[in-house]
Amino acid sequence: MTTTDYDRAPRLVDLGSHGSLVGNLEDIWAPKPGLYGWIVSVDHKSIGIRYIVTAFIFLLVGGLEAMVMRFQLARPNERLVTPEQYNELFSLHGITMIFLYALPVLSGFSNYLFPLVLGARDMAFPRLNAFSYWVYLASGIFLYASLLVGAAPNDGWFNYVPYALRAYNPGPNMDFYALGMIFLGISTTVGSVNFVVTFLRMRAPGMTIDRVPILTWGTTTISVGNLLAVPSVSLAFFLLWMDRQFGTHFFRAETGGQPLLWQHLFWMFAHPWVYVVVLPAMGLVSDALPFYCRRPLVGYTAVVVGTITTMVLGFGVWLHHMFATGIPFMALAFFSGASFIITIPSSIAVFSWVATIWTGRPVITTAFLYFAGFISMFVIGGVSGVATAAVAADLQLTDTYFVVAHLHYVLIGINLFAVLGALYVWFPKMTGRMLDESLGKLTFWIVFIGFNVAFFPMHITGLLGMPRRIYTYPDGVGWNAVNMISTIGSVILATGILLYVIVVLKGLRSTERAGDNPWDASSLEWATLSPPPHYNFAVIPYVTSRHPLWESRLPGQGAMFRRDEGLALADGKEALATTAIEAIPDAILKMPEDTAAPFIVTLAMSIGFTGALMHLWWLAGAGALASALGILVWLWPEAELAQRAEEPQ
Amino acid sequence: MTDALRYRELPVGSIGHRANGWWGALTLIATEAALFAYLLFSYYYVAVQNGRDWLPAELPGFKLAGPNTIVLVVSSVLVWLGERAIKRGAARIASLWMAGGALLGAIFVTVQYFEWSSKAFGIATSSYGSLYFTITGFHMMHVIVGVVVLLTLAAWSALGYFDSRRNAAVSAGAIYWHFVDVVWLAIFTSLYVTPHLGVG
Repeated sequence: MTTTDYDRAPRLVDLGSHGSLVGNLEDIWAPKPGLYGWIVSVDHKSIGIRYIVTAFIFLLVGGLEAMVMRFQLARPNERLVTPEQYNELFSLHGITMIFLYALPVLSGFSNYLFPLVLGARDMAFPRLNAFSYWVYLASGIFLYASLLVGAAPNDGWFNYVPYALRAYNPGPNMDFYALGMIFLGISTTVGSVNFVVTFLRMRAPGMTIDRVPILTWGTTTISVGNLLAVPSVSLAFFLLWMDRQFGTHFFRAETGGQPLLWQHLFWMFAHPWVYVVVLPAMGLVSDALPFYCRRPLVGYTAVVVGTITTMVLGFGVWLHHMFATGIPFMALAFFSGASFIITIPSSIAVFSWVATIWTGRPVITTAFLYFAGFISMFVIGGVSGVATAAVAADLQLTDTYFVVAHLHYVLIGINLFAVLGALYVWFPKMTGRMLDESLGKLTFWIVFIGFNVAFFPMHITGLLGMPRRIYTYPDGVGWNAVNMISTIGSVILATGILLYVIVVLKGLRSTERAGDNPWDASSLEWATLSPPPHYNFAVIPYVTSRHPLWESRLPGQGAMFRRDEGLALADGKEALATTAIEAIPDAILKMPEDTAAPFIVTLAMSIGFTGALMHLWWLAGAGALASALGILVWLWPEAELAQRAEEPQ
Repeated sequence: MTDALRYRELPVGSIGHRANGWWGALTLIATEAALFAYLLFSYYYVAVQNGRDWLPAELPGFKLAGPNTIVLVVSSVLVWLGERAIKRGAARIASLWMAGGALLGAIFVTVQYFEWSSKAFGIATSSYGSLYFTITGFHMMHVIVGVVVLLTLAAWSALGYFDSRRNAAVSAGAIYWHFVDVVWLAIFTSLYVTPHLGVG
């Protein structure tokens, strides 16, 4: 049994006089080679990039589905797809974009960036991190397997009963969706656990709670939200599956069930989810926009308080998705009021960004353009949201293309634009290479124009009365022109996205080296190499301000941050835990080695879910048992992780 | 600041509430608590929408569930004693307390099985039956997982894996078990007590 001291005082060292330290760390943190090394890796940087790439592939697939729909709707009475195919297309499109792209891509950035911006060696739970990625991938494949067998979900992403019940939907379509969402919920939940604990425990010493980058506030806030909201949708889908397979009566009105229970459980989750897929993106912009405005963000505290308040209020507005279901007047008034009030905290950040640009000296880079586009799209999406928060207007607008326009301004505007900009910011850190700026700016304008041409007319399409989710429409009702314009816009948008992918692929081969800090940015990730070494930081940095790398140029206590001086932790794979508020060193953590356990448990769970889908109960049981055994092995106390007593008692 | 970092002795590895695993257990409990809150919301929602006639003619009785509740509360006390024992370094005693907690958990599951068998309705009989069996079933699954956790901790303690300082797994398992017991009190109140009060 290896001996691990119960207590140790980490040494404060200067790298200049401890040259051997880096060599030791290289050996300790070296990844395993080859495909096996890739499967067993628990490195947050590798996992983060996998998340981003996988989410981008889902974005492209979801985009293709959208293109087919736009071609179908380009002209009246089009016969490109059948009604059933159209139902499956819009359902899969929504599921893909909302669940398999929008949060996972942000989780990718957060996974990559959390330890780097916090000055840590890895996430709090590296193996759980790998597990959350594998489960995300497996559940995505599970959901898409429905397409291969010709039984994709066909009831829209919010999947209302009774149409989702077996009597009206006898195929396996809904079972794929129900089980796939429960499966995906596991990934979201364990990912959230990791973000919350990393935020609370893994910050560099001195990084008090008022010095952390906003992106970690955004992601931590929504992770707490996820912990409280995801069970609602997992439960809803479980109950639906029970109604479909075991004859229970949760949603069946004719036997005392409540169809509206589905809508309550779904929206209690899905409205907070709207904030879940935008607040981390807003955090990315809040941190990166100042790099290009050459000044710190205006109103740090207000933005943080606004972020948290938005999430909290986000739990109290779900009923505005149900205004047209005949609920009591009092509930309409309350939830409409709450939906108006939430515009206040959610708009604080907008004023903060505008003030940051206004009082700064903006450098017009590609990333800056995406962020500026993001702010303007946020305003349009926000205003159309206010329109639908009013009960009287909503009764007219609900289930029309106005809502489609609104939600795309919110999701593409506040999520995709932020992501496309953020990749420009952090690509140099991830790869050590730069993305092409002039081609990037051209791409931005194509995306921006294409997006607005595609989606702005949908406001009018909706006001003209065209319902969403219809596979075609008759000639002569006045919808022809607006639909054709939207289709043309979507082709321009798709061209822009394609060009963006080409720019990224070209960037991977670029010979232009980025250097450690190409944007002359302020936060800790820029104080290490590009790409960062496996251990992130050779010494654990200590932090005395919000902008460690700008200290010499900001009024305050002067330049305190030293890149080469900090705590040396090189007695095996180690990281530092600090206290939750003041970030005082609290413990030396032993970090796990690379392991196949997360991958194997994911495989076992995939087998279990497949068994449940196919009614092969022995297979489902075997999968569950194998998962349990895998988890037991995973959690078995290890001496190397200092989880075991040194001397048997 | 630099001086504040120098010469500070820090515990190494998984030590008590400084272990990330402890924090992870708390977040897991938060999300599980939300799950049960949504289950009980579903129960009350369907109850309110259907009115008083929705409850079965024979309201849930206390004959089995009452003593069973006490069994579960006592099991929490045993697990608490087990955690205290390991903090003193008494691994064998801790192991016994944990095994005792697991035994009471197993008794709870057995009694609950008889309670289920005595019901005049099934899960597919009515929406009440669906909710009753699903809510108590979810809880029963948690008790079964908890029993496995306690037995594992008892085994690890007996194997000498833990001492007075390295025992974070015991704390994480114990808090989970207490949580499962507290959830039962909420379920017991909702499904067994409120119908007799004319609510729900």
